[in-house]
Amino acid sequence: MGVRLNVRNFHIMLLVTVAVCLCLGDWHVYSHDASGILQRILYGALTPDFSGTEHLAQAITNTLAFALLGVMGAWLIGFLLALVYHRRAVRILCASVRGVHELFWALIFLQIFGLHPLTGLLAILIPYSGICARVYAELLEETSATPERNLLSADRFSRFVWARVTQAWPHVRAYSGYRMECGLRSSAVLGFIGLPTLGFHLESAFKQGHYSQAFAVLYVFFVLIGTRHWWLRPRLLPFYVLAACVWLPAAPAINTALLWRFISHDIWPQALLAGNLTDALAWVWRIAINEGMPGIGNTLLLSWVALALTLLLGLLQYPWVSRHFVHSRGRWLGHALLVVLRSTPEYVLAYIGLIWLGPSMLPAALALSVHNGAIIAFLTGKASNTLALRADTPGGINRYFWVVLPRMYRTLLAFTLYRFEIILRESAILGILGIHTLGFYIDSAFEDIRFDKALLLIALTAWLNIAAEILARQIRSSLTLKTTPETI
Amino acid sequence: MSPLLSLQQASIAYAGTPVLHDITLTIHEGERIAVIGPSGAGKSTLLQQLYKQSPALCAWCPQELGLVGNLSIFHNVYMGRLAQHHWAYNLLNLIYPQAAERRPVAELIAQLELPDMKQAVDALSGGQKQRVAVARALHQNAHILIADEPVSALDDWQSERVLSLIGNRHRTVILALHDITQALTHCQRIIALKDGRIVLNADASTLTPEQLQWVYD
Repeated sequence: MGVRLNVRNFHIMLLVTVAVCLCLGDWHVYSHDASGILQRILYGALTPDFSGTEHLAQAITNTLAFALLGVMGAWLIGFLLALVYHRRAVRILCASVRGVHELFWALIFLQIFGLHPLTGLLAILIPYSGICARVYAELLEETSATPERNLLSADRFSRFVWARVTQAWPHVRAYSGYRMECGLRSSAVLGFIGLPTLGFHLESAFKQGHYSQAFAVLYVFFVLIGTRHWWLRPRLLPFYVLAACVWLPAAPAINTALLWRFISHDIWPQALLAGNLTDALAWVWRIAINEGMPGIGNTLLLSWVALALTLLLGLLQYPWVSRHFVHSRGRWLGHALLVVLRSTPEYVLAYIGLIWLGPSMLPAALALSVHNGAIIAFLTGKASNTLALRADTPGGINRYFWVVLPRMYRTLLAFTLYRFEIILRESAILGILGIHTLGFYIDSAFEDIRFDKALLLIALTAWLNIAAEILARQIRSSLTLKTTPETI
Repeated sequence: MSPLLSLQQASIAYAGTPVLHDITLTIHEGERIAVIGPSGAGKSTLLQQLYKQSPALCAWCPQELGLVGNLSIFHNVYMGRLAQHHWAYNLLNLIYPQAAERRPVAELIAQLELPDMKQAVDALSGGQKQRVAVARALHQNAHILIADEPVSALDDWQSERVLSLIGNRHRTVILALHDITQALTHCQRIIALKDGRIVLNADASTLTPEQLQWVYD
């Protein structure tokens, strides 16, 4: 094709495709009393009720235990995998495990272990190991090769540690901290499918319309995330390992017969177990057409619109934390606002949005873009603070469009495209809430106790995520945008 | 006649390190002033201080240029007039440059021998970028032009043209220059700085290049 993808063409393409998505998708407001519900939700936000504290304390320690053990394990496994990441098999393995969202892993392990702590632990540990492996490997690869060339007399291990790991270490540390923040979010959200974390109380409070109680749980969660830099200290990690082991919820016995049945029987298509390959293929085809195609279509639709909205919100919000637009005291407020928006998991935002607007793609897209837009605004605002402006720089809207935006736009676009993979993963998951993305069909299959179908659809989701990862990387490199991830 | 800009015993320090000491200076309508002196003498700081006296009166051309690299030559030159238009009209010109705005910019960049004004500034050479920065300051049509080393990246011939253009379009000019001959040719008053102090403030017609050499020793 003669059309080269540059930033301008990308925007035209984005506008056209988003318009198409808006025509195809379901963007209705189904709620009959949206403003009344919003009022009650906002009232709940202003009057948090912390009276159910004994449950809350337990939920906090459970949330911390899953996040700490799961993420710390993922740091370790991820780092070991990063050392052999150049092997194709390792790359494929990591892409596959991170292609499956932690909530899907949890749904699988729920069938095997029930409400055993292993369910929550593995649900975080497995995908996070794949994510950490990829990012650590990229960070190690990005280090300068010169120090290593000057150490040729040393053995390979020493060379690696002294010349590569030392360079990458600050970035590895920063990213690992950010992963812990994500882990806390994931751990909390696991409560929505029944694990005893903060999300469990959040969901039951929201479901019963006890918004004051729900917001109390949410505020506790904000404090947990907001104080991360204070309590997550390297020398406290051994203590946390021990504490987390104590904090884990009690472990019921694992039914090994059930486990074996699940692995040997339940997850395989009946036709395949009967030895009928043609029927098995027909079964796969039927699911791919009836559930896979609409699921993929809706997932892509939702995530694409959410991507455009994220870009827009990032553009609108980054001045809040940029010294070129807001003075120090106002920036503090901007930071606080963005921290709240980005600390709230997409899943929780979508849950609230669905209560407010009803089950369409509209609240889902808003939730995805509010969370990710806040992250992009924060990163862009921070990056803009390194710009030095001339003494005669204009103020206000002229400064925004003429001076700062032209310099920051590519950075902002790179951050946004990096978030696309994350938005897509989450779009699939939001189906569990009732929007017809892949998660909806997967969740329904689990409810119908059709594990073979559920696993097939999960595999399909993983392939979609891997394809998106490759596509997003290609778009970034053809727009000559930075291809490595950024952390907060 | 009252001065346009003046400093009274001004002293400036950055992070505790003094840069300018006890500077007293007045600038009147129609004066062409060259500020000379070795690097680190405080020329840029002095110019900044003068600019800050009355930003509305001055067009500013800093040494580090401060151009927006991925905008075109047109946009960078037009930026000189951002303050003169409504932000919505500015935004229109950012997206779709208007013919009425393109015309004066085209004339200016032709006089400065710059390439096609649709080109992004990132793609230009150092000398070209410097001329874009000068064009932006000239386009502003301000009362006073203050330029910090506006021809440092240009050859003698080009420097001559740019300085003449500045002289033709502005009656009141304050330039930091490192070439003494240029300073004496294009300006009427020479202010020499050394270690943050004014060591000479004299009529250019009374001076020769040899007489100024000591400033750099």
